[in-house]
Amino acid sequence: MNELLRKILFLPEQVSTVARDIDHLHFFVIIVTMIGAFGVAVFTLYFIIKYRESAHRGGELPPDARPHRSPAGVPWWVEAGVIAGLFALFLLFWVIGFGQFVRISEPPRDSLTIYVTGKQWMWSFAYPNGAGSNGVLYVPVNRPVKLVLTSRDVIHSFFVPEFRLKQDAVPGRSTQMWFEATRPGRYPIYCTEYCGMAHSTMLGEIVVVSGAEYEQKLGGLEPVRIAGPQVQLPATPGEGRVAELVSLAAVGERVAAEAGCLRCHTVDGTPHIGPTFAGLFGARIPLEDGKTIVADEAYLTSSMMDPAAQLHRGFTAVMPSYQGLLSAPQVGALVEYIRSLQYVPRVDGNVPLPADTGQPVPLVTPLPPVEQQAANPAQAPGARPPLRSEQPAGAGKQPPQIEAPSGVVVPGEGDR
Amino acid sequence: MKNYLNATHGLRSWLLTKDHKRIAVMFLIAVLISLMLGGVFAMVLRLELLTPGESFLDAQTYNQMFTHHGVVMTFLFMIPGIPTVFGNFFLPMMVGAPDVAFPRLNLLSFYLLVVGAIIMLVALWFGGVDTGWTFYTPYSTSSESSVALAVFGVFIVGFSSIVTGVNFIVTVHTLRAKNLGWLKLPLFVWAIYATAIIQVLATPVLGMSLLLVAVDHAWGFGIFDPALGGDPILFQHLFWFYSHPAVYIMILPAMGVVSEIVCTFSHNRPASYVLIAISSLGIAFIGFLTWGHHMFVSGMSVFDAGAFGILSMFVGIFSAIKVFTWTATLRRGRIRFTAPLLYFFGFMFLFVFGGMTGIAVATSSLDVHWHDTYFIVAHFHFIMVGGTLTMFLAACHYWFPKMFGRMYHEGWALVGAIGVIFGFIFAFTPQFLLGNWGMPRRYATYPDQFQWLNVTSTAGATILGLGVLVSVVTLVYAAFRGPVAPRNPWGSRGYEWLAPTPPPVHNFDAPLEIKRGPYDYHQPE
Repeated sequence: MNELLRKILFLPEQVSTVARDIDHLHFFVIIVTMIGAFGVAVFTLYFIIKYRESAHRGGELPPDARPHRSPAGVPWWVEAGVIAGLFALFLLFWVIGFGQFVRISEPPRDSLTIYVTGKQWMWSFAYPNGAGSNGVLYVPVNRPVKLVLTSRDVIHSFFVPEFRLKQDAVPGRSTQMWFEATRPGRYPIYCTEYCGMAHSTMLGEIVVVSGAEYEQKLGGLEPVRIAGPQVQLPATPGEGRVAELVSLAAVGERVAAEAGCLRCHTVDGTPHIGPTFAGLFGARIPLEDGKTIVADEAYLTSSMMDPAAQLHRGFTAVMPSYQGLLSAPQVGALVEYIRSLQYVPRVDGNVPLPADTGQPVPLVTPLPPVEQQAANPAQAPGARPPLRSEQPAGAGKQPPQIEAPSGVVVPGEGDR
Repeated sequence: MKNYLNATHGLRSWLLTKDHKRIAVMFLIAVLISLMLGGVFAMVLRLELLTPGESFLDAQTYNQMFTHHGVVMTFLFMIPGIPTVFGNFFLPMMVGAPDVAFPRLNLLSFYLLVVGAIIMLVALWFGGVDTGWTFYTPYSTSSESSVALAVFGVFIVGFSSIVTGVNFIVTVHTLRAKNLGWLKLPLFVWAIYATAIIQVLATPVLGMSLLLVAVDHAWGFGIFDPALGGDPILFQHLFWFYSHPAVYIMILPAMGVVSEIVCTFSHNRPASYVLIAISSLGIAFIGFLTWGHHMFVSGMSVFDAGAFGILSMFVGIFSAIKVFTWTATLRRGRIRFTAPLLYFFGFMFLFVFGGMTGIAVATSSLDVHWHDTYFIVAHFHFIMVGGTLTMFLAACHYWFPKMFGRMYHEGWALVGAIGVIFGFIFAFTPQFLLGNWGMPRRYATYPDQFQWLNVTSTAGATILGLGVLVSVVTLVYAAFRGPVAPRNPWGSRGYEWLAPTPPPVHNFDAPLEIKRGPYDYHQPE
């Protein structure tokens, strides 16, 4: 049934974990649409034929066609019932559809993160191990993959019909989507936001491979090329030599140093002019207006572009905007660098701590020094191990900060 | 017998007229030219899409062509179409007024449209515009085509729309005939009134945001350019805050025409007058709160997506109320089958199908797949072409005898109507399937597997084009050579049919006396 309807409606294969459910809603909605349209057409045609002028012989109206005083003879409760039924139906569409929308909007916590940059007219991908590819995205099968998208010039949109998923890539912002491919294969990527002359040739391909093949593929890719006003291109490798892969976080570290971030932001947890990068990613940040926000990719990106917009409480707005000074891949590398410092403990116990779990976390978690020493993430229930497990090939080259989570306080344990 | 057509003579008497009927006829000529121009652009697009690769247009020209098609059809045909022509001609007559409240503003509105249109066409001809009619930033602010001039043209056309809207609102409030209460107004007046509210409230937002695009483009202000600290998503919010209600500027007047046609040709009261009138206002109001459903994949928050999704469903409810009421109106009527009624039948199918696919795309998870694919193209053409174009043509036929004092040829009109409806279904149904398959819109070239559906679509578009052509030729011929029409050829109870045919300069020989409602078919005339 699923396959039959899918083929009648010309839908491509269902290759992501959500595609099948979305299609089922699609079938439901389209069948209702068909019934509605044909139903109204049939009723209209029936009335047009039944009450046609020529059927009124000699000006005499058939008995049930007498002009009437009550409007069309439909009691009000029939009308109200029809409207209420219709509203319930639309509400059902909405409930199912919105539920699915929430599902496709929230990446699982153990997703593999890949940075995507759209530019006229090509897609570039940067993997956590420092590899990069253009046009072709390699992903492992049966593993949630989170894409963090941005654009270097105009708005693009990343669309994989087989996954039933799409997300705009907006310059100066970071958006995200996630998917879990269910079958190895090659699937097209289209750009669906009109982006200029060669919009229709901005095609890409997503190659879904097994986990082992994925690591092998990444090892063979060129390092991601970071071009920007502040950073020199990596030295051209000598003939016959493939440049050594450097993890994206390491690239980010270099960008942070060269762009001057580290003059104000420390990486060891000590407070300085700006918030420390240590333990920043995923933490719940208090803002000036009393609200809080989770420091995710979007927040970090927007804070680079417009630092004063959502200022961390307790800091003054002295940071200049890096809009136009950092290229999109540089931003991606910086975010990845900050992410790699996620489990580095902070020295000041009065600043918020990482909250990268599903459980709610108190805003401010004071940490007596003794407890801080005792905390050991490996034994904490529900503790999330450092990123090592989700790193593909090249994980060994992670910056040392990740390797030393000795003082990490995991939420739930650091509560009191 | 002196009427508005022969009361005075000479080109000058037309170009400087303050008679709403002459202005309406001039608007009719203007929007028909726009329709033909937009149609030619559409056919060029469809011909290019016969083959997957480039055939006779390069990508740059193709991109300009779909922009021109969208800009001309939206701003010069769909939005002014029914209100400025039939609203202008019949709204004063339907309220028993000798003219609109501000006849000079009415003429100004016409010239604003013409000047704006000329500026737009100059921009399109010299330099071209390749941004799509949506002018999305930052592409539009960085595109090297003549964006600034084109949006300036749209800006001026917007003023035409505002002026007309103000004129209609004031006319309905102040110039109703004695004893003509609000609940005795023809439903077309209610629809135009609701439209005018949107025109007055929403169009300034479009004007301002397009002006910002123009200064961004010309002087690099950077309001929408992230490289200069601006925000491209802000433009989408501002743009759709107008352009979603603009969809109702296009469809509400068409719904008004439906209400008139279905009552006249079924010789029956509307099954519920109040529901049709109120739902027009409901659509106008809710239409302001749904713009975010154009932006589900722009990176909007999940909460916003949910809120905009559910608000969009309300529009469907109000539209459904109208559809059911129209169908019920036919029941126990005395139905006369004519070309306008055939258009009405086509409208009912196309509008319900297009409207239900609107509910489908308001369902957020489904929209993620369909957004910016051919499914969306098919959906809004079903609503706009299937809704507005069919009713524009229906109105042309329905009110033709009153406007020009002559009858059109029923046979040829039916041929044209069949061509329009059949060609339309043939042209746009394949596009739904293309969208499901994953073909993005605004594609100059496309992967090979999409070809045969595109060929089918082009074939249908050709039939649609021929249908429109047959209809227009039939009407133009009838305007000069048709047999003389009686005062009320359809036996309608509408107030506009009480006037002589064609109407004299001030519409009625004596002030209109309202003794009955506009749909009182149950009483003897």
